[in-house]
Amino acid sequence: MLEIELDGKLMQVAEGSTIMDAASQAGTFVPHFCYHRKLSIAANCRMCLVQVEKAPKPLPACATPVTNGMKVWTHSDAAVNAQKGVMEFLLINHPLDCPICDQGGECQLQDLAVGYGASESRYQEDKRVVANKNLGPLISTDMTRCIHCTRCVRFGQEIAGIMELGMIGRGEHSEIITFVGKTVDSELSGNVIDLCPVGALTSKPFRYSARTWELTRRSAVSPHCGLGSNLTVQVKQNRVMRALPRENEAVNECWISDKDRFSYEALNSEKRLARPMLKRDGNWQEVEWPVALEFVAKELQRIKGTHGAAAIGALATPHQTLEEMHLLQKLLRGLGSGNVDFRLRQADFSMDGKRAGVPWLGMSIADINTLDRVLVIGSTLRKDHPLIAQRLRQAAKKGTEINLLHAVDDDLLMRIANRAIVAPALLPQTLAQVVKAAAEMRSVAVPEAVRAVVVGVAVADAAKRMATSLTSGQRAGVFLGNFAEQHPAAGELHALVQALGEILGCAYGFLGAAANSVGGYVAGCVPGGRVPGKNARQMIEAPLKAYLLLGVEPELDMHNPRQATAAMRQAELVIALSPFQHRATEYAHVLLPIAPFTETAGTYVSTEGRVQTFAGVVKPLGETRPAWKILRVLGNLLGIPGFEHDSAEDAQREALHGKSEIFNKNNKLSNTLGVPPAAGGGLLRIAEVPIYAADALARRAPSLQQTRDAQPPVATLNRALAEQLGLQPGDLVRVVQDGGEAVVPFAIDDRLPADCVRLATGQPETAGLGAAAAPLTVERVAQTQKVAV
Amino acid sequence: MMVQGIRNFFKTFMLFELLKGMAVTGRYLFARKITVQYPEEKAPQSPRFRGLHALRRYPNGEERCIACKLCEAVCPALAITIESEQREDGTRRTTRYDIDLTKCIFCGFCEESCPVDSIVETRIYEYHGEQRGDLIYTKPMLLAIGDLHEEQIARDRAADAKYR
Repeated sequence: MLEIELDGKLMQVAEGSTIMDAASQAGTFVPHFCYHRKLSIAANCRMCLVQVEKAPKPLPACATPVTNGMKVWTHSDAAVNAQKGVMEFLLINHPLDCPICDQGGECQLQDLAVGYGASESRYQEDKRVVANKNLGPLISTDMTRCIHCTRCVRFGQEIAGIMELGMIGRGEHSEIITFVGKTVDSELSGNVIDLCPVGALTSKPFRYSARTWELTRRSAVSPHCGLGSNLTVQVKQNRVMRALPRENEAVNECWISDKDRFSYEALNSEKRLARPMLKRDGNWQEVEWPVALEFVAKELQRIKGTHGAAAIGALATPHQTLEEMHLLQKLLRGLGSGNVDFRLRQADFSMDGKRAGVPWLGMSIADINTLDRVLVIGSTLRKDHPLIAQRLRQAAKKGTEINLLHAVDDDLLMRIANRAIVAPALLPQTLAQVVKAAAEMRSVAVPEAVRAVVVGVAVADAAKRMATSLTSGQRAGVFLGNFAEQHPAAGELHALVQALGEILGCAYGFLGAAANSVGGYVAGCVPGGRVPGKNARQMIEAPLKAYLLLGVEPELDMHNPRQATAAMRQAELVIALSPFQHRATEYAHVLLPIAPFTETAGTYVSTEGRVQTFAGVVKPLGETRPAWKILRVLGNLLGIPGFEHDSAEDAQREALHGKSEIFNKNNKLSNTLGVPPAAGGGLLRIAEVPIYAADALARRAPSLQQTRDAQPPVATLNRALAEQLGLQPGDLVRVVQDGGEAVVPFAIDDRLPADCVRLATGQPETAGLGAAAAPLTVERVAQTQKVAV
Repeated sequence: MMVQGIRNFFKTFMLFELLKGMAVTGRYLFARKITVQYPEEKAPQSPRFRGLHALRRYPNGEERCIACKLCEAVCPALAITIESEQREDGTRRTTRYDIDLTKCIFCGFCEESCPVDSIVETRIYEYHGEQRGDLIYTKPMLLAIGDLHEEQIARDRAADAKYR
């Protein structure tokens, strides 16, 4: 510890800290623009100049390390003079357009100009003008306002992992630019809007729509990825105007992904469902709630009477709240059916009944930064878990070795120590190699549960390198991504990861596909227990008579969209609860509008098992009602006991059995693997869910849909396969799977494994295709016609 | 005491107070008249008169208001409601600009806060509404007032310019 004197007060600060650190420790505000505690120190705005004893000139507080006995004055005449001088220079070229600037009211330059700016400018010459840049559909620019703090540049380099913005020129000719013709496409790009201390980078969807002082700030939790980012939702006149990060060092730090930030647009979209709808004689009619609910209750009773309760099934998306999922499963079990599931995209359910507890991340999110060896299996981290990827990126910078086992080799914007890119069918086998090599290196026996799979494999070099990396560290972590969780051999992968965890003595877990992937298990929204039931896949493969869809869009959300749509079409009763109008109108019999996350109270259990409860921030739109209320009333109408909840808290207490935070988080599997059948030949599909097609909100956010990540699907294959098919540039390909087909453009990616076609799922263009991981055939379609515009 | 008593005695029948009062009346009878014969005559107004609001335009016909919402923020009576968006040409414009004249206290803060001299208070004080809603003036109404009285408004701003 060092002892310094700050503004006449003695204080102790840690060695290696700067004057800025000391000042924030003492609670003294030193004005600054370029300094940000999550970014590296640039010291180029010079606003934080302070007076230091024996220093002939003022020194920048952010870049000056403290020394023992240092005397610093942050608000002395000399310091304030220096700060005022800097402010005068900053304002020379800053336009006086605060009235039309979106940053007005929340602008650091505006705030500090009140304290440090002169009332009149001495500068009489012409101000400089800088051309605006096109940074894509999310960020709008007014580059004349830029004060060159380079926070956005450093954010790209250090946090997002890709330098999409840079500064060229010197002095008055400095400019922030993108690479020629490029936009900013990072999935974290929206954070530069928060970082920009002036109005140079502002939000495009929010542009000119409201002022910061008109907005009410309410807390919310992100309904997208499993991280459970904390949000501040800003509301004006019962309308969500924008979403900003709410700082939580243990979860999202001070960042949020673009999906969290811009998906609010969907809440105000035209496509919202505002009134209950009933199909009468083939026509959709708007009806009152009692009519709709009585119809649902009567029809459910009828199906139960004629076909038995087991002919009724319920599906929920993992983006529904804990309360909703709890009441859904209670309703179904009350009816006498165990067919309830939220794992819509999962293909392998062999783990059911063998789990020791609720599958989760296996550690806290903050612990990810402390790992020094990581194995990620089946995850395009950047797109599936933008902020977990960010944490791993920071760890990788500090020397953590990240190993990747996946079917595609996208640039994750972090240093990957070892990678094995194999066809999806070979994932378990490759993982088995790693397990075998690690066991040999640690000289321990391969755990009994996976011995049958591991014994026969020959260890390849890549697997050996991974095992070397994993066994050499102090703290390892193994993570299964969305692709692994949705893999047809997910059970095998899980068992192998468990074995690897035992060998390495490390934590392992699931990155968690959605906001409530853990919560669904906690709520019991899975088959099992007293009433036997079918899982999501069985419900689709052996179609039922009635489906209750809680937020589900079967053609986009399910593992096998083709089969799912067919199952819906043959059903006698499809009850679709959704905040949006969607394709369910084709096969549903009743549409009930439910409140999205901003309009209902609820709870999400994040992938680290954090129980985060939130209240609704605006009133439900039109006749929309929170789903928990709808399910409660349905329970009453059906005469099922135990539906007396008066509030979401009641339902939450019941779902968590009153134990608030404690539930059995455990990834253990009591599963003994047999020798797997040999994989069949033919082309295999690698189907991931694109980042902005993953849930109903993101799909309907217009700005997100204009980004590069939301392009229509493209069949990607490697060069050898393209040549084999005789594909010419500009050709389309016809992809046929399970009798369904899609005609899409193709692209070549030589990093893909042989005999694989990468074609995203979760988009309307590919909704006619079959299961995400099933074989498919591809053929060339004639050269695209040049369409005259 | 004695003298006072005698004086009061004479005052009781010599109508002294009456004459004194009549003298005042008589003086005003012949003095210069200052009564304004409203509505035939109007009281003179200062260029700073704060009457009915107007939204102004630039000489090229472009509306001045840029939807900065400072008037809305400063209004002590919360009489102003503004909604804004990006117009097709990329500029910041209001889609709604309502002044509720039943709330307005005519303090003039709105015109004082306006960075582009768009919202102004005119010399108009003769207006009425027959129904409640009639006194909520919308953007087209306010712009129309501005268009009609632009000359006067501009003259008044010019007269007051050196004091602002």
